[in-house]
Amino acid sequence: MADKKKKNLPPDAQEYQAFQKQREVKRPIFKNCIKAFLVGGFICFIGQIISTFYIHFFNFTEQTVGNPTVATLIFITMLLTGFGVYDRIGQFSGAGSAVPVTGFGNAVISSAIEHRTEGFVLGVGSNMLKLAGPVIVYGVFSAFVIALIKTILIKWGGL
Amino acid sequence: MLVGHQTWTFENKPVIISTGTVGGPFEANGNIPGDFDILHDDTWLEQASFEKSQQMMMEEACQVAVKKSSIEKEQVEFFISGDLVNQITPTSFAAKTMGLPYLGLFSACATSTESLALAAFLINANGANYILSGTSSHNSAAERQFRYPTEYGGQKPPTAQWTVTGAGCALVAKKGNGPRITSATIGKIVDMGITDPFNMGGAMAPAAVNTIETHFKERDIDPSYYDLIITGDLGHIGREVSLDLLKERGLDISDQQYVDCGLTIYREGQPVLAGASGPACSAVVTYGHFLNLMKKGELKRILVVATGALHSPLSIQQKDPIPCIAHAVSIEAGSDLT
Repeated sequence: MADKKKKNLPPDAQEYQAFQKQREVKRPIFKNCIKAFLVGGFICFIGQIISTFYIHFFNFTEQTVGNPTVATLIFITMLLTGFGVYDRIGQFSGAGSAVPVTGFGNAVISSAIEHRTEGFVLGVGSNMLKLAGPVIVYGVFSAFVIALIKTILIKWGGL
Repeated sequence: MLVGHQTWTFENKPVIISTGTVGGPFEANGNIPGDFDILHDDTWLEQASFEKSQQMMMEEACQVAVKKSSIEKEQVEFFISGDLVNQITPTSFAAKTMGLPYLGLFSACATSTESLALAAFLINANGANYILSGTSSHNSAAERQFRYPTEYGGQKPPTAQWTVTGAGCALVAKKGNGPRITSATIGKIVDMGITDPFNMGGAMAPAAVNTIETHFKERDIDPSYYDLIITGDLGHIGREVSLDLLKERGLDISDQQYVDCGLTIYREGQPVLAGASGPACSAVVTYGHFLNLMKKGELKRILVVATGALHSPLSIQQKDPIPCIAHAVSIEAGSDLT
């Protein structure tokens, strides 16, 4: 796709892009991966502590502890986002803080805060899922496709 | 007077009799806090929205510029300005408060020199005696419009830039004391097919090169004519790319002579990645920092080339490239001209 697009550009633009590319600062991918691994791992570690806490002190099992754990993590994210800390963590750790459920929470909460000035209905209400919406849409859709494949394989594939 | 196709020279040499610059807390913490007239310690300015606080800063910049001059607000004939927010509403509301006949502009970050060039042209042609020309931007207002919510934890690449919170305004007059505007070159749209809105320096560099090259060709002068060639907000990457391109085109510009407002306003260590950007960037740094240096006699002639990336969030999502522009205005110290 990118190559095809490049071919349609006039020669001077292609030349310039190559020229510019040499001087462009690249994303430090390896460093970013390490940071993402550490921060992402740390968030999961906190999640594990919370899970163990709920199992130990409350009446939860390993199957049912998921919901309260996620709710607690999102609550913490809400505080960090509201106090303006989460975006700094995000700039440092990238995918490390975006992929866990806290990243999803941050996407919803930051949009809600941002659009408060346009009112509760047209502002917060319609924009809250602006960033997180696609995750829900494609999450549900891919779950449906996978379920369909699984059903077909079990029914007719003889699995 | 028109020289060549894109350049005006101003034989009556309009004067910048005063300027007003306003900044936010991040700017106060930067490299040139002493060059601001007003610095705020909160980006909200006690307003209900970022857009309103941007409007307030624009109004303050205009009021300061008028106050510092010897004239009254009623003597100003026109207000020429623009900004980044949808339909430039902060500027229009500021124009309502100022109560002046108003021309609204949009050239993104090149609005500062566009408005200065038009103000100089109108005054040079006896179309006005006093014009307020300026522009403003607000980091959070720009973030929410062009990128993500301000508190969203997305990671920006090292090529991204930081939008300046502030407003800069120049009061241009027919007569008076101060730096004089001697010429202006209006740029063409240059589009090199770059589609990454997180690399605006790289996208805008060719536009700056095009305008600078045209300016020297049409005025028939050498780069050594200017003490400094000041670009608006190219940042680290754009500055390097454009300087190399200019050298490739045979323009002899030295490294010290070629400065960027986006690399001047903040200090080392502030988390601005490739540098600053935004309409206010070139406005506050030029009207504050560089004109102050000119008043101290450290600079005689400067060429300010503000660069603008004229994309919208919609055009980026529809996979269009970023159309870029640069307008140049030359400013010379008053003493050796009068």
